[in-house]
Amino acid sequence: MTSTTAGLTGRDLSRARVSRILREPLLGPLAALIVAIIIFSVISQTFLNPYNLSLILQQSVVVGILAVGQTLIILTSGIDLSIGSVAVLGTIVMAQVSGGGNPILALGATFVVCVVLGAVNGGLVTLLRLPPFIVTLGTFTAIQAATRLLAGSQTYQVPDGVLTFLGTSFRIGTFATTYGVVAMLFVYLIVWYALSQTAWGKHVYAVGGNVTASKLSGIKSNRTLFSVYLVTGVIAAIAAWAALGRIPNADPNAYQNANLETITAVVIGGTSLFGGRGSVIGTLIGTLIVGVLRNGLTQAGVDSLYQNIATGILVIVAVTVDQFARRRSA
Amino acid sequence: MFNRNKARSLRIGAVLLAGSVAFTLAGCSGSSSGGSSGGSGGNVKVGLITKTDSNPYFVKLREAAQAEADKKGATLVALAGAFDGDNEGQVAAIENLVSQGVKGILITPNSSSGILTAIKSARDAGVVVIALDTATDPEDAVDATYATDNKAAGVTQGKWVKATLGSTAPALVMLDGTPGGTVDTFRHDGFLEGFGTTEGSSEIVGQENTNGDQTKAQTAMENLLQRAPGVNALYTINEPAAAGAYEAIKAAGKTDQVTIGSIDGSCTGVANVKSGIIGATVMQFPAKMAEQGVDAVVTYAADGTKPSGFNDTGSQLITDKPVTGLDSKDTTWGAENCWG
Repeated sequence: MTSTTAGLTGRDLSRARVSRILREPLLGPLAALIVAIIIFSVISQTFLNPYNLSLILQQSVVVGILAVGQTLIILTSGIDLSIGSVAVLGTIVMAQVSGGGNPILALGATFVVCVVLGAVNGGLVTLLRLPPFIVTLGTFTAIQAATRLLAGSQTYQVPDGVLTFLGTSFRIGTFATTYGVVAMLFVYLIVWYALSQTAWGKHVYAVGGNVTASKLSGIKSNRTLFSVYLVTGVIAAIAAWAALGRIPNADPNAYQNANLETITAVVIGGTSLFGGRGSVIGTLIGTLIVGVLRNGLTQAGVDSLYQNIATGILVIVAVTVDQFARRRSA
Repeated sequence: MFNRNKARSLRIGAVLLAGSVAFTLAGCSGSSSGGSSGGSGGNVKVGLITKTDSNPYFVKLREAAQAEADKKGATLVALAGAFDGDNEGQVAAIENLVSQGVKGILITPNSSSGILTAIKSARDAGVVVIALDTATDPEDAVDATYATDNKAAGVTQGKWVKATLGSTAPALVMLDGTPGGTVDTFRHDGFLEGFGTTEGSSEIVGQENTNGDQTKAQTAMENLLQRAPGVNALYTINEPAAAGAYEAIKAAGKTDQVTIGSIDGSCTGVANVKSGIIGATVMQFPAKMAEQGVDAVVTYAADGTKPSGFNDTGSQLITDKPVTGLDSKDTTWGAENCWG
């Protein structure tokens, strides 16, 4: 994609600008989201209203937050199969510690547990140079079992208060939403800023693009990689908090598919599974596309198996687009 | 330039494709459900949320609900959790159905307590909520429950196994489902009651959780046969668990030694009773639950009458080896009335 603009006429320039917009990787996902919203608004009278749109956002919160962590790890050409199980363990820890009557302590304990588990994943990937897929497959299995042991395979009701704060709703005009939605958008904003405006962000992209080249150019790739897994631990803890806000019930069986759902959102959002290319804004759009599809197809009276077919097709379409984009830029 | 254009058209094509997929799917269901939504108000929308889409039991439940809805001129939207235990998916399904304006929701809850908040919001919005197959905890969190009395079904299974055993000293193995599940607990406790023993008795020589899965049950039984080779009575949470256990028992050469009881009444299970793999099974009637649930919603839509309480849809012992004092039907009757 090395094109020089020297000696081009104004018309060429504007054409170049148009083609740059069309090459913008967010264009596809964004257009798909808008098309889906338009279609559902036409075929269902109950889709396009503030209450329903707020529902879609609320339903997207937990997977949406986790998908930020997944994006970071996929950008480093890794993958995190354990991300959902870390958050679920977080909810159980939060519920059990808060049984002692101190919700702030419970919140703190959850952050510590999630970050430690992030460090375990990151340590195994960087120090032992194990493939992230295998490392997180192992930790996923072990954490899921540990969660059930810790919970005694029971669910824990969480009392209203600090731990369910993110489920509290508030109004902006006629639009009622929850603090969980705000928290999700906040996580996206912060990570978007860190990725696009800081040296750390450039290092993340560089590590994912080509580890050898980034090493040669002086980036401490191990340190960057490890930090990504730590940040993902923090994000999982935030997701755990949001999960108790959404359903005030810590359940060891919850979010078993969160790893795959986050990968779905990341891929539909246009981030390359091969690392080094993509953005969290794309992931936000990907999360919303999945939420809009599920909600909209229900409004249209479509049964859930057909909804899954639609989501599956969308993933394949997104990966196909990514493949062609890769070949083109190679 | 050519490549760039190609990529551009590819991306636009992808968007159009995704859009048309959504459109087609919506179209499909629109035609299958028949009536137009702008009608005279006679079109009642009913939501059905099963635990999963993968179990033939829930397929039967869904088909029966669909048939009843068609008969009554109602529209059914069938949703499900993504996996056994998926509470979050069921919460989202309830919200989306309420937002769509359904009159009533029939649900087989994955989490008897985790689902309560969502059910309350739905009822507050004027939707009648009915639990099918699995009760909520507490039971009165829904308007009504249509389910098998699982305790009674467990008692029947326990009585049959005990009677078949006769005067032999029992050595009982219990293959449970999922720890903590209400259905699992009712069946387990009912069996012990019918069998005439208590939790912790020395007559119970082994217990494992199988999640009602054939493969897991086989592994569990293989291991338990090592620990308790003298087992002669077997409780199973459902028929796949019984089939898995039978494989292990057959491999150990002990099919004549062990009496196997089960619960469910699937067509595969009944066939297994006929061929002697399972001694007896207690049949449930998911179609009745679905039909009565749909009827209740249609009635509510028509005149505002809400259903209430726990409604037992019954269970029936199926065996070709009847024992005196226990009402049972043979496998021929079973094959005509089974599900799946």
